[in-house]
Amino acid sequence: MDWWPLGNFWAHFAVFALAIIVFVLLMVMVFIWFERRAFGPFQMRWGPNRASPWGALQPVADAIKVLLKEDIVPAVADKWVHFIAPVVGFLPVLLIFAVVPFHDGHGLIPDMSIGILYVVAISALSVVGVFMAGWSSGNKYSLLGGMRVIAQMVSYEVPLVLSIISVVLVAGSLSMNEIVAAQEIPFFVLMPLGFLIFLIAAMAEINRGPFDLLEADSEIVAGFHIEYSGMKFAMFYLAEYGHALAMSAVAATLFFGGWRGPGDEYIGFLWFLLKVFFIFFLLIWARVTFPRLRVDHLMGFGWKFLFPLALMNVFVVAAEMIVWGEIDGGMPWWIVFINLPAALVLIYLWSRLFRFGGGRVGVNA
Amino acid sequence: MASMLEGSGLGLLKGMAMTFRHLFRRRITTQYPEQKLTLSKRFRGYTLVWDKERCTGCATCAKSCPQGNIEIVTSKGTENDYVVEKFQLDSGRCIFCGLCVESCPYDALFLGMEYERSSYRRGDLVLSRDKLLFTPDKQRSAYARPKLEPGLPRQTLLIEGDTGSKKR
Repeated sequence: MDWWPLGNFWAHFAVFALAIIVFVLLMVMVFIWFERRAFGPFQMRWGPNRASPWGALQPVADAIKVLLKEDIVPAVADKWVHFIAPVVGFLPVLLIFAVVPFHDGHGLIPDMSIGILYVVAISALSVVGVFMAGWSSGNKYSLLGGMRVIAQMVSYEVPLVLSIISVVLVAGSLSMNEIVAAQEIPFFVLMPLGFLIFLIAAMAEINRGPFDLLEADSEIVAGFHIEYSGMKFAMFYLAEYGHALAMSAVAATLFFGGWRGPGDEYIGFLWFLLKVFFIFFLLIWARVTFPRLRVDHLMGFGWKFLFPLALMNVFVVAAEMIVWGEIDGGMPWWIVFINLPAALVLIYLWSRLFRFGGGRVGVNA
Repeated sequence: MASMLEGSGLGLLKGMAMTFRHLFRRRITTQYPEQKLTLSKRFRGYTLVWDKERCTGCATCAKSCPQGNIEIVTSKGTENDYVVEKFQLDSGRCIFCGLCVESCPYDALFLGMEYERSSYRRGDLVLSRDKLLFTPDKQRSAYARPKLEPGLPRQTLLIEGDTGSKKR
């Protein structure tokens, strides 16, 4: 890659760090707009359409509004923790993008040898910021929201990682760029069950859709950010959508073949963006369809349904790799015809065995 | 078959299919300043409409007003009648109960069909005789005036017909 002018490490670092920050901030705005515009037709309405054509400047107007608002800190709050929590919540989200390959080998460090492990490690950190916010606000509801997010994160991290393991088994590498390079056939075709588990666990991980228990407007008002206003609140909002963007990007990389796609090799970035939007649309679709889960159902679903299914998925993929796989070539394409029925059968069988509320004591004496 | 598959996640897929179909349904929102719905024929709305020709100046409306809001001053006319010199109300205090319209023995008062009555000054809400005066371009509500009802358009609840959910 001699034509690439950023051979110098520090120049490369500076340019891509700036590019990633701009990319995240811009895409968060686009995502907020996209989500609200997509929610409209789902609910037979229009969504924002006043600020400029198609309401495209609505997130800008919202951002200006929220930045100009008064910053209120509760009297009983732990001031420093309250102040630092939004930053702790947002920073890991930004750090995830360091290893995301936006184009063939282009990114901050897309060839990091432990890329996906780094993503898993970093993305779980943002929960610390959320819990700090919940604890430092000095509010019962926010503390409840903080406790919930910890429980949720711990439960859903396990199936998330297990579904990633199946990808790593087939790709034979932890590096994000090499995982993309290994996807002659996108992995969501090869491993439909793995993709489904990843998507559900990612939804829980980024606290969206039916898993937004930490906010739960109808139960604990706004959860962890109940005592936040102005710029700090905007920071949490940014972190929330940034995390959704990060998870969409990771899912696009792991299961949809990232920058790979038909056409000229220089439009790889556009393919990546398209796939990110597609996955985000799936998240919106799930969010608009399903009602919020109850707390015990959330834990039950995570540990009794997703976790065993993820284990079985890893087992199936590992067995297939031993029998038919090649270390460099990955799996043959006809594995699809085994994996898709296997996924359906496993989901069906496990839904027979899976029960909520085990160990509940009856009260009808 | 259906009972065998019950509880295996098919309901989730059904729900997602249902919301996906909603994507292509007609949007029912009224885009207010550009689009407006037709009001009920008996809408009790802004600006009382006062018919100068029919009014005898009996001041029954002023007596029936629970707010004591209608101010009416008459003087003796030449042909054994009253001339209404002042007919004024503060629409900021009006509660649109319609008692004045109901009580008018000569059908000289009507309620209006407008609802956009915000103003920058309270003084603008005090309506004098000229602003209340009936002119053919003013739309009168059929409230307590059933004879007006055939001439008014039907009320609409949605901006363009039904929501497209069922074929009728």
